[in-house]
Amino acid sequence: MAEGGAAAALGTVWPEDNWKVHFRDTMRGGKLLNNWRMAELHAQEAPDRIYELEAWGALFDRTKDGRILQRDFGGHRYARLAHVGDRTGLELIRTLQQRAVALGIEVFMECKILRLLKNGEGAVNGAVGYWRTTGEAVAFSAKAFVMATGGIGRSWKYTTNSWESTGDGHALALWAGADLIDMECMQFHPTGMVWPLSVRGILVTEGVRGDGGVLRNSQGRRFMFDYIPPMFAAETAESEDEADRWYEDHANNRRPPELLPRDEVARSINAEVKAGRGSPHGGVLLDIASRRSNEYIRRRLPSMYHQFKELAGVDITSEPMEVGPTCHYIMGGVRVDAETTATTVPGLFAAGEVAGGLHGANRLGGNSLSDLLVFGRRAGIGAADFAEGATASSALDPADVAAIIRGATTSLEREDGESPYEIQHDLQETMHNLVGIIRTERELLEALDALETLKDRTAKVAVSGGGVYNPGWNLATDLPAMLAVSSLVTRGALARRESRGGHTRDDYPGADPGLGRVNLVQHLDSDGQYVLVAEPLPDMPAELAALLEEDPS
Amino acid sequence: MTTEVTMRIWRGDPSGGDFANYVLAAVEGEVVLDVIHRVQAGPAPDLACRWNCKAGKCGSCSAEINGLPRLMCMTRMDTLPEGEPVAVAPMRTFPIIRDLVTDVSFNYEMARQVPPFLPQPPEADGTYRMAQIDVERGQEFRKCIECFLCQDVCHVIRDHEENKPRYAGPRLFIRYMELESHPLDTNDRRELLRERMGLGMCNITKCCSEVCPEHIKITDNAIIPLKERVVDDSYDPVAWLGRKILRRTKRAERVVRIDDPAGLEEPVDPANSR
Repeated sequence: MAEGGAAAALGTVWPEDNWKVHFRDTMRGGKLLNNWRMAELHAQEAPDRIYELEAWGALFDRTKDGRILQRDFGGHRYARLAHVGDRTGLELIRTLQQRAVALGIEVFMECKILRLLKNGEGAVNGAVGYWRTTGEAVAFSAKAFVMATGGIGRSWKYTTNSWESTGDGHALALWAGADLIDMECMQFHPTGMVWPLSVRGILVTEGVRGDGGVLRNSQGRRFMFDYIPPMFAAETAESEDEADRWYEDHANNRRPPELLPRDEVARSINAEVKAGRGSPHGGVLLDIASRRSNEYIRRRLPSMYHQFKELAGVDITSEPMEVGPTCHYIMGGVRVDAETTATTVPGLFAAGEVAGGLHGANRLGGNSLSDLLVFGRRAGIGAADFAEGATASSALDPADVAAIIRGATTSLEREDGESPYEIQHDLQETMHNLVGIIRTERELLEALDALETLKDRTAKVAVSGGGVYNPGWNLATDLPAMLAVSSLVTRGALARRESRGGHTRDDYPGADPGLGRVNLVQHLDSDGQYVLVAEPLPDMPAELAALLEEDPS
Repeated sequence: MTTEVTMRIWRGDPSGGDFANYVLAAVEGEVVLDVIHRVQAGPAPDLACRWNCKAGKCGSCSAEINGLPRLMCMTRMDTLPEGEPVAVAPMRTFPIIRDLVTDVSFNYEMARQVPPFLPQPPEADGTYRMAQIDVERGQEFRKCIECFLCQDVCHVIRDHEENKPRYAGPRLFIRYMELESHPLDTNDRRELLRERMGLGMCNITKCCSEVCPEHIKITDNAIIPLKERVVDDSYDPVAWLGRKILRRTKRAERVVRIDDPAGLEEPVDPANSR
């Protein structure tokens, strides 16, 4: 769960901070593949959304003068993350949940959507699914739909994501005819737990590094100093002394290399482990114990303390953590209009991780929570405006609904067949081994073949036990989306013959300026075949482009 | 280390059910939820359980493990008695949906009755000022992950369905205290707490605090201060202290007998509790 904080240029800790610096950091962190208008709106509106949460009851940590405290995170020039210890995501959930309760908003819990329906004019007007608790079918008809379904990490072996991150929204949009962009751009978070095996992949917040933690290899070396890329050299410390001074004095020192953007740190850890300088269980060491007091660590990072103590038997106030890269976030997603979050299909909107564009090729920590707040609000307004103007029928054809339900229940009726868990296991192995943090053409082609085989096997799964809260059946209904999204990622990764942000090709290790100017856009044609087209990025106004070049020091 | 583990998992639905045994290989470092997942991937793909983050943050994998209300994702197998079967049952306070999944909507009904946060006007610049020490009181309660283990263990409702309509329970009491202690809130909920939320029915046995995976001091920091705030003229602090001490001496034997409601005290009528 999101832990570190929500990025917003409030300027409460560093008055020098403002939306222009946040915009610049977001674009550079995304290797300039971002949708500039989304990045601009995000940086401009994030502060208002944070204050809005406060007016709804959120209790962020405070500065000495009683304002919202901000925390340092990778790629952000100033301390910019509004936070609550290391459980900021939970604070957002509770605040919005309590606000929804106060407003009397109806929430349909444990309802799984299988497909979207469209009316005669091509606008989405229905969503068909089933209730987990009864197994009964349900169809919603409406004039507008907003998808906020999150990510796709379930298809990888080690992930920070919930099991629900099956990419349902990406797949629903794809099947409804929408465009998706830059699906190859996935973020592997540098610091996931690696031991014991059963907790491998669980998130270790970047806040550990923001609050003073450093990465060391088996020889005790702070190896991140060996991996500072030219793009960030001017704003990164040259020595351990300078890096350590920065925590107290941002003005006269540069940032520690541990706080480079996540793609850089994850790749560096991967390289250290590959070179044989890893920790006992195949990660590297994240050390805050030797650098901060017991009291400080427990106050700033209570969840991390608890998590390592309970699950790994490690006391992070006295010993280092073993950490390594874990599948965390997809920057690519459904193509949306920056102002309204409208997808390319009328009546369908998308906000948050399911939408693409804001984060370019790599997302900065803290920009996800602010993304949800800024574009969640815009999606609500956009969908409401659309619904108000919509005149086409929202009536659904019962035959369409029945066909979708029939498709989803065949696995329950099949006598003999493979378990969906076996297919999930093989899918996770395939994506981990062949479409992981470092990619090559040979392995990506192998993955496409494997995905075809898995698709055939999925068509023949069998589950027993009926429709009532049946996890095996639910997984069987998840698999088509997981396979579709895995295919989009693999096809995007094949086509982007360069390394940029979260997408790293071993056979094309450098960035290609030409590919840096295009989105890779995918959709299904009328025969259900995947189509991929490179389209130029939207033109950025000169005054925004100028912000990117400003001297960071 | 033993090479096998035996899981005794309750399987059933609203009409009834029983424990089923599953024998699996033991794996180093696993938590109970890992073993449940291996049961799903193997012998019982339809074994129903809720889970989400597997890191003790979402509060959805609550169950009763060897009779104790706990999160399955935060209970390491190597902390349970070696060589003995591990019993996993659904939370008993809530109606069964299937296997380990229960209907916890009672908690949502109670949450809907909480009068909302009503902030005072902001400063001239449109934002608020609060001191860290003041937000920390509320933050303790906002750590709550809504696992509902405190509601599960609370004997006022654990075997007393009839008390549910007039008893908010520990989870909601900390929500009320969170709002009571919010530096900006202006809403007054004391009358409601006393009259309709059954605050007086809690007799401070601290079972809820003991099972809280977030270590929130539910009784000491929320329920007792709330009781003090809503108290009326008939309040007698000496008698209250006497009851508190008495309950503490009884508590030790209760902990090991969570599955034995007969050993628990009846809920106290609010009229007699003061």
